[in-house]
Amino acid sequence: MGVGIKISDLNAWYGTNHSLQEIQLDIPANHATALIGPSGCGKSTFLRCLNRMHETNPIARVTGKVLINEVDIYAESSPVEIRRRVGMVFQRPNPFPTMSIYDNVASGLKLNGFRSRRVLDEVVERSLRQSALWDEVKDDLKKKSGASLSGGQQQRLCIARALAVDPEVMLMDEPASALDPISTAKIEDLIFELKSQYTIVIVTHNMQQAARVAENTGFFLMGKLVEFDSTHKIFTNPRDKRTEDYITGRFG
Amino acid sequence: MASQSLRPPLRASNVNVFSRRIKSNIVSGLALLATIIVIAPLIAILFYLLKQGITSLNWNFFTKIPVPAGESGGGMENAIVGSGVVLALASLIGIPLGIGAGIYLAEYAGSTRMGNLVRFTADVLNGVPSIVMGIAIYALIVLPQKHFSALAGGVVLGIMMVPTVTRTTEEMLRMVPHAIREAALGLGVPAWRSVLTITVRTASAGIVTGCMLAFARVAGETAPLLFTAFGNAFQSTSLNEPIAALPLQIFVYAVSPYDEWHRLAWAGALVLIVLIMASVALVRYVTSRGMLKGAS
Ligand SMILES: Nc1ncnc2c1ncn2[C@@H]1O[C@H](COP(=O)(O)OP(=O)(O)OP(=O)(O)O)[C@@H](O)[C@H]1O
Ligand SMILES: [Mg+2]
Repeated sequence: MGVGIKISDLNAWYGTNHSLQEIQLDIPANHATALIGPSGCGKSTFLRCLNRMHETNPIARVTGKVLINEVDIYAESSPVEIRRRVGMVFQRPNPFPTMSIYDNVASGLKLNGFRSRRVLDEVVERSLRQSALWDEVKDDLKKKSGASLSGGQQQRLCIARALAVDPEVMLMDEPASALDPISTAKIEDLIFELKSQYTIVIVTHNMQQAARVAENTGFFLMGKLVEFDSTHKIFTNPRDKRTEDYITGRFG
Repeated sequence: MASQSLRPPLRASNVNVFSRRIKSNIVSGLALLATIIVIAPLIAILFYLLKQGITSLNWNFFTKIPVPAGESGGGMENAIVGSGVVLALASLIGIPLGIGAGIYLAEYAGSTRMGNLVRFTADVLNGVPSIVMGIAIYALIVLPQKHFSALAGGVVLGIMMVPTVTRTTEEMLRMVPHAIREAALGLGVPAWRSVLTITVRTASAGIVTGCMLAFARVAGETAPLLFTAFGNAFQSTSLNEPIAALPLQIFVYAVSPYDEWHRLAWAGALVLIVLIMASVALVRYVTSRGMLKGAS
């Protein structure tokens, strides 16, 4: 089951660049939530604050509260523990280049001490099927490295790798940006299907995609959350003028 | 008004194609020439060693220990084994220390004071003449123990391996993209584990190359062994006794007045070079067997 995320007074910096300002947001469990906004507005930064990846950057700083399943992840938990429960698909595909496709998918489990071959085989196949990559790689699972795949295949490999550890929350940063329409549709189907088990937060520049997969949508602008509402409301009748300008393409 | 284009107009031209082909040929010709100039000395050395040494290479060379001058039928079995023992010990010391220091520099020290100090020390150590290293270990191990030993020989060569292994390990780890580390951390892998498994593994090809480089460099060292392993005319594998080594034996034979010994020295040099090349090739083969299609 997925869990809800309550964010209050969240601020994030890169050096002196105040990239996220006073974010308040409740992300409901077992729903998909889309984040939209112009490039550089802080969507990735926001996502990275939800699994404490932001702090891996030495110049980065974060303040505020993020409650996942009622636990304050910054005060009451370790980053390692949080990242196991909150999976992430990064904006740029980052497979492990010296590992086989199989080992890439199994890496999260293996690195956490999981060894049973039978279960690993099962998880790898299921994850690759879910990310719509299985048919393309099933014959080279242990022969080809993660780096030998195309950009879009790498993106799906990274989705499979994140799914394999069975997190409660899945953060996806533009997971379909390098995919053809067919793979994109498969990923969207996957998101739909995953909602029963996970809470999903997805960053996208594709408004149709947001409309198709997400119940709720948040619009970011220059480090602030301008508006958060049901996707239908955001796209048909937004409260804020800036949201309307953005979604109608009148922006900037 | 359209602004004037900086692009030259596209036109069909055979002249252009022809001159381009000539230029291309000149450049690849120069590259080939440079390659030949680089390889020629290596080939020449190998060829000369073969010519001088091959006649003295026989079964005895690999199975017998040295015999007194004037007698025939002696070999370098003890020196080959001795070199193996000393180099194994050196690798056992130098490779883990070097890789550990390299990991420390790349992943933990950054450009802190301590990091820069370690880096500086490694670079200085790299520049210390090998004979000075030998004397230092002589003072530190041989004098207190009151005898030469294989142990002292292994220690001096091991320490000489450390700077090369350290610096290549650091360089190779630094080349691992940040995104790869993030991927591991994002899966909830503890930082230390992600360094030891993901980062080191991603850089492993380069790290192995660094170790082989360091190994090949110390395998031919003679001067530091004069003060430590010393040499031994008899068979020994004990770490606590003086031990023979190929470079030492070559040195002793080469400066001797006997023609027979000169020929043996050539043969020893040939065997030394072939053994170094073979061990490098073997390690490359073994490590590349685990590599995957398209792994970078
Ligand atoms: N590693 C970093 N170091 C310094 N500043 C950064 C870093 N990453 C992002 N920023 C800054 O933080 C701000 C928000 O960036 P972020 O990556 O969150 O944008 P985004 O909304 O994800 O954009 P995009 O749609 O292009 O991915 C930008 O002003 C950016 O310059
Ligand atoms: Mg982004």
